[in-house]
Amino acid sequence: MLRITVNGKLVELDVDPEMPLLYALRENLGLTGTKFGCGVGLCGACTVHLDGEPVRSCATPVSAALGSSVTTIEGLAKGEALHPLQEAWLDNKVPQCGYCQSGQIMSAVALLEENAQPSDEQIEDWMQGNICRCGTYPRIKKAIKQVATSKKG
Amino acid sequence: MLAFEHLDRRAFLKKTGLVGGVFILGFGEATFTGASPGLKSGESGQLGVFVSIDSQGQVTIASHRAEMGQGIMTSTPQIIADEMEADWQRVEVVLAPGHPRYGNQSTGGSASIRRYFTYIRQMGAVARQMLEQAAANHWKIKLEDVQAVKHAIKNKKTGAMLGFGELASAAATLEVPSVENLRLKTEDEYSLIGKDVKLMWQEQIVRGETVYAQDINVPGMLIACIARPPVVGGRVKSFDASEAKKIKGVVDVLRMKDRPLPADVNPVSGVAVLANTSWAALQGKKKLKIEWELGENARHNSESYKQELIDKVNAPGIVARQEGDVHSHSFDPENTVEATYTLPYQHHMPMETPAATAYFEGDKCIVWTGTQTPQWGQRKVCQELGLDEKKDLDKVEFNQVLMGGAFGRKGKNDYTLEAVELAKATGKPVKVIWSREDDVQHGFYHSIAANYFKAELNKDNNSDFWLQRVVHPPIGWTFDTSKDRPSRGNLSQGFADIPFDIENLSCETQTLTTHVRIGWFRAVQNVHNAYALGCFVDELAVKAGIPTREMWLNLLGSDRHIDLTKEGFEGWRNYGQEDPRHALDTARMKHVINSVVEKSGAEDKVDKNEGWGIAFATSFNSYVAAATKVRVSDNLVKVLEIHTAIDCGLVITPDRVKAQMEGAMIMGLGLASSEITIADGAIEQSNFHDYPVLRYQHCPELFVNILPSDKPPGGVGEPGMPPVLPSVVNAIYHASGVRLRHMPVTKTHTFI
Ligand code: FES
Ligand code: FES
Repeated sequence: MLRITVNGKLVELDVDPEMPLLYALRENLGLTGTKFGCGVGLCGACTVHLDGEPVRSCATPVSAALGSSVTTIEGLAKGEALHPLQEAWLDNKVPQCGYCQSGQIMSAVALLEENAQPSDEQIEDWMQGNICRCGTYPRIKKAIKQVATSKKG
Repeated sequence: MLAFEHLDRRAFLKKTGLVGGVFILGFGEATFTGASPGLKSGESGQLGVFVSIDSQGQVTIASHRAEMGQGIMTSTPQIIADEMEADWQRVEVVLAPGHPRYGNQSTGGSASIRRYFTYIRQMGAVARQMLEQAAANHWKIKLEDVQAVKHAIKNKKTGAMLGFGELASAAATLEVPSVENLRLKTEDEYSLIGKDVKLMWQEQIVRGETVYAQDINVPGMLIACIARPPVVGGRVKSFDASEAKKIKGVVDVLRMKDRPLPADVNPVSGVAVLANTSWAALQGKKKLKIEWELGENARHNSESYKQELIDKVNAPGIVARQEGDVHSHSFDPENTVEATYTLPYQHHMPMETPAATAYFEGDKCIVWTGTQTPQWGQRKVCQELGLDEKKDLDKVEFNQVLMGGAFGRKGKNDYTLEAVELAKATGKPVKVIWSREDDVQHGFYHSIAANYFKAELNKDNNSDFWLQRVVHPPIGWTFDTSKDRPSRGNLSQGFADIPFDIENLSCETQTLTTHVRIGWFRAVQNVHNAYALGCFVDELAVKAGIPTREMWLNLLGSDRHIDLTKEGFEGWRNYGQEDPRHALDTARMKHVINSVVEKSGAEDKVDKNEGWGIAFATSFNSYVAAATKVRVSDNLVKVLEIHTAIDCGLVITPDRVKAQMEGAMIMGLGLASSEITIADGAIEQSNFHDYPVLRYQHCPELFVNILPSDKPPGGVGEPGMPPVLPSVVNAIYHASGVRLRHMPVTKTHTFI
């Protein structure tokens, strides 16, 4: 049995330790908010936090998460209360098809945790691993900046 | 699990937790059309529901068109709710399954509102009028003396109000009014249309709660990954599954049925690995040893094919449209521009790769998929199972979920049919998932194309002699291998429908052999036609020494409505639209061109190494102009900003029009960097590293200008794409003096 903490809950998994975390989350734990887009670390659709750091779960074996704490999109809101970035996403009407958005949000949350006041360029650099084929980049940037600015206080 | 609501009456009742007092308006046996509604109301029978109201006044509307990110699950219900006078805060939306009772559900061609606006309003008007009638009956007054006002019916005489919820059960017992007796709102009465209402399901998306086809989970299901023949028309000669079967979790390995050409939207055969987990299925697929019989398309190489296209497009062709006589004219080389442009094959690359699930309950086949064409899919499943498409249709329950992007790819149900084939073969629920490599290498590609122009400028900086040709493998081949040239419909997409006032004009095409599945890609043939025309008009302007805008205005000529069937284009199709208010209108064209130039400042002075490019295209009954500014040095291109102006007639949801334009600019600019190439019949690209799509650092500032219009709604999802690429390519010329005619730009330049 492999033990990891997912969204604050300790879970036990009976899977191949080499299996990417993505499939453990989606199929063993039913957390389908994390998406498959490329399978090889190129698109960011599968982004989750591993001990607070953003990782591509399609390229992270379950074994790398042993004893660690994983946060997925489902663990971001505190019940009814959305994370400020989720709120900003709604304010800016970011999603189109929505498929890339879990990964985008998880990357953006990690960015602001690392750098509360990112410049445009820092946002672009940080987010460049997250693809949105529908083309929501300008709105994502706006949403991130909205939260960054409001933090300035 | 919003997407999982079955749209039958039972589910509606369960969802709302009510047993009575519910108004449900749905379709009976007949299909709802403008002329014969075939609507039924009431509480009995299994109705295909599109509007329900519970006794608390909660309104639920079925989104019967497919949602792929364009926002139709907001816009269609918004129109219905407006016509009903419903309060948007009390409207919920569910996705309708595929069934002919919903009328046309084929979601492509930017058609949902463009073609069905009135029909959608009628749905809402029926519901409103029945509520009004119920109120009139209650007060024992005439229908004229009541009026729906924000989720209630008002007694115009006394000012008394009855809420929708209070009227629901009484309304349910009434006859459905006929279309002739419906009163539709006038434009000044619209309460939701044209407003930025709250978008449906956005919160579920940001919470990660929405369900896509990849997310379907049915107890006991197997997950299938399929190795498909690398060449279209190929098949499995032999295979060895022994290594694959050793993978823990692999349950079975099956040879898929051989499928002769035409490709149609059928699966393409291959070997399927079925496993308990996606991971095991993916691993198992890698371990397969397969010997393929590749077939004759293995001789296809896109590089030599491109040369064949160029040769053909430079030779006399088959005339599609002709006016005057251009052929006996001897062009004055001093004033003539001649150019050939090419655009490679492209792939849709939706963020969600194809996936579908199928299983059987008794003799009923249950499908969960995300497709742009649910009814076609339902019929194809019938055929696959040997069922009668009419009589047995209800033996195929065709459930729809959200699509994680589609762009035309998911108009084809090959992946859905793979799930059905495997569910039947195994007797178990099967989910077929496509890897990104599967998606890139087994797509329905946007056709590679070559466009040729030759035009002579006259003293007014206009043209009286114009020759143009296009050569590309046609979509028709996918369905019928004898199809060797573009159809009239293909030629009506930015080619022979050229809206210029030219005395001597010839538009020609040429025959060609096709070797891969060609499909509809956002804006379809307009993509290469508008690219080539947009660049050529710019080249003419440069030759004439005038701004590109002026060249466009000269060529478009006087303000007029154009009927191309009277201008030498027999069989012209205006995107299926006969309404004269959708006539091709040069005044609207000129207006968007002027607007984009004025708003962007595209004719202002720029710094050294900077340049503006503009282009225009009309498609799907809408008009879009684009202006792009770039900086170029040493073949390094920085795209600084892109502007678009759109006239798409009446706008329903302004923010989603804006979003579609933003997406179209990003995808259109992406075309400058991407190409699908083919060697020995097989696609050479496989994932985002070699078929790049636009990422953050290459996304410039985007500006959208939606022009007010009193015309009926035009298309929105596609028309933004075509003018973007030529505006970029023209900008590179004006910044650097380098004219690029063969795409992608990245053959010679790098975007920074
Ligand atoms: S699915 Fe993991 S990065 Fe694309
Ligand atoms: S919203 Fe569709 S891929 Fe980003």
